[in-house]
Amino acid sequence: MRKLVAWWEDPWRRPVVLATITWLYIVWSIVPVLIAIQFSFNSGRSRSTWQGFSFRWWWGDPNSSLLHDESLRTAMVNSLALAGLTMLIATPLGVALALGLARWRGPAARGSNLLMLVPLSTPEIVMGAMLFLVFDNLYTAIPLGRPAMLLGHVTFSVSYVVVIVRGRLLTIGRDLEEAARDLGATPLQAVRTIVLPLLGPAVFASLMIVFATSIDDFVISAFLSADASSETVPIKIYANVRGSPTPALNALATAMLIGTALAIGLAIVALKVFRRGARGSAVEDFARLDI
Amino acid sequence: MDARTREGRQSRLWPALAAPGVLWLIALFVVPFYGIMAVAFGRLDPIFGNAIPVWNPLEWDFTSFGDVLERVFTAELGRVFLRTFLYVAAALAICFLIGYPVAYYVARLSGRRRGLLLALLLAPFWINYLMRMLAWVNLLQTDGYVNDVTAALGFGRVSWLDGRSVTVLLGLAYGYVPFLVLPLFAALDRIDRRLLEASRDLGMGPAATFLRVTLPLSRQGMLAAAVITALPMTGDFYTTDLLSGSPRTNMIGNQIEFYLFEGSEKASGAALVLILSAALLIAMAYYLRSIDRSARELR
Repeated sequence: MRKLVAWWEDPWRRPVVLATITWLYIVWSIVPVLIAIQFSFNSGRSRSTWQGFSFRWWWGDPNSSLLHDESLRTAMVNSLALAGLTMLIATPLGVALALGLARWRGPAARGSNLLMLVPLSTPEIVMGAMLFLVFDNLYTAIPLGRPAMLLGHVTFSVSYVVVIVRGRLLTIGRDLEEAARDLGATPLQAVRTIVLPLLGPAVFASLMIVFATSIDDFVISAFLSADASSETVPIKIYANVRGSPTPALNALATAMLIGTALAIGLAIVALKVFRRGARGSAVEDFARLDI
Repeated sequence: MDARTREGRQSRLWPALAAPGVLWLIALFVVPFYGIMAVAFGRLDPIFGNAIPVWNPLEWDFTSFGDVLERVFTAELGRVFLRTFLYVAAALAICFLIGYPVAYYVARLSGRRRGLLLALLLAPFWINYLMRMLAWVNLLQTDGYVNDVTAALGFGRVSWLDGRSVTVLLGLAYGYVPFLVLPLFAALDRIDRRLLEASRDLGMGPAATFLRVTLPLSRQGMLAAAVITALPMTGDFYTTDLLSGSPRTNMIGNQIEFYLFEGSEKASGAALVLILSAALLIAMAYYLRSIDRSARELR
C-alpha cells in the first residue's frame, strides 16, 4: 500500500491515468465505426447480429447489393459528381480570393475579408435554410436538386480554401515575388510564375479537403436536394438508418469512408511535400487547421 | 518604374483577383441572409397560406415574426429552445470531461507516439457524422452488441432508441467530441512548458500546478473550443432524429426543418432561423475574432 502511495505521489512517474483515458477515448471513437464496417460483410440481413462473412451486400446480392441497387448507385454517383465539381469550382475561386485578400488594402478589402470569414462561423442549419429559401423564392431559375446543391457546396467551401491558402502565403513571404517585380515582371506575371508554383501543394491540399468536406456534407445537401434523383450518400444514410435497411447501407457508408480517407491521405502527403525540412509534422499542421 | 505607379498597378490586380469570390459570397450568402428576413417579415398568401417574401424593408410586417417570438418565450417552442440549450450544455460538459484529458495528454507528448495519436484523434473528424451515428444505431438495437453486454451483466435488454434523452446526449457527445479535442489540443500545446516546470520547482504539486497554471492559461482555448463545438450542435437535428425520432427529444433544428419542409410554414421557419442566429450571434462573433486573431499571429 505504501509503495502504491509513493508511486502515486512520484512527480516523475508516467501519466498512466491520462494515457488510459486517451486510449479508451480512441477505442470508443473508432471501434463503433469498425463494427459498422464489419457488418457490411455480414452474410445475413441483420446489421446488429453477426451471421458470417460474405460479400453479399457489396456485390453478391443481385438486387440489393451496393453494386446492383439502383438507388445506392445513384447516391454514390451524385456524391462523387457533386464533390468533384465543387472542388473544381471552389478551389480556383478560393485561391484567387486568398491572393487578392492578402495583398489588397483598404476598407473594401477589410469588408471582403469579414465576408469571407462569416460563413465559417455560421451554423450549417442557418446556411442551409437561407440557401433553400433563396432558391425557392428568388433564384427560381436554378432548380432545387443538383444545381442548387452544387452552388451551396461551393459557397461553404470557398472560405476553407482561403484559410488554407492564406496560411501558406504568409509562410512563403513576399521576397521572391518582389525580386521578380524588381527584375521587371508585372504583378500578374509574378503571381503566375512565382507565387502559384510555390502554392502548388497548398492548392492540391485545398482540392482534397474541399472534396472531403463536400462528400461529407449532410445539412446543406439535405436542404437543397429535390427528390430521390439528387440524393447523396449522407442523405441516403439519414433516410434509411431507422427503416429496415440491409447491410448494403453499411457498405455504402464504408465506400464513402474510403473515398474521404483517400482524399485526406493525399492532402496530408501534399502538406508533407510542402513542408519538407520544416519543423514538426504534416499531421500536426493538419490538426491545427481547426476547420 | 517608380514605386508609386507600381502600387497603382497592384491595387487593380488584387481587387480583380478577389472579385469573383466576393461576388459569389454576396450572391449566395449575403442575399440569402436578406432573403430569410424577406420571408420572415413577409406576407402570407391569403388563399394558399404560403409565404410570399417582401424585399422592400419599408413594407415589412412584423406580426407573424412577433407571434413566433412570443411562442419562443411561452408555449411549446419555449420548451424546445430550453431543451436544446440544456442538451447542448450537458453534451458540452461531457465533451470537456472526455476531451480535456485527451487533448492535455497528447499535447504533452513528443516523438513518434504524438504523431500516431494525433492521426487517431483526426480520424473521427473525417469519418462521416452520419456513418458514426449509423454505427451507434446498429450497436444500440435491441439485439445489438450494447444490449448483449447489458444482458450479460444482468440488466436485461434496453430499448435505447425509443426517445431517450440519455441516448441523444451520449450521441451528441460522441458526435462532437472530435470538434472539441483539436482546438483544445492546439491551445494546450501552445502553453510554455517552462512555466509548468517553474511551478513544480517552486514547490507546487501536480494538482496545484494544473489548477493554478495550466487551467488559467488554457481558458481562452477552452472558450474557443466550446464555441466551435456548440455552434453546430445547437443547430443539430439529425442526431436526435436518428437516435430517438421522438418529439420528446426535439431540438430547435427539428422545429426549423419541420416548418420549412413538412409543415410548409416557411415564414415561421425563417423567423425561427433568425431567432436562432440572434441567440448565437455572440458566439459567432467570438469565433470570428479568434480566427482573425490566429491569422494575425501567423503573420
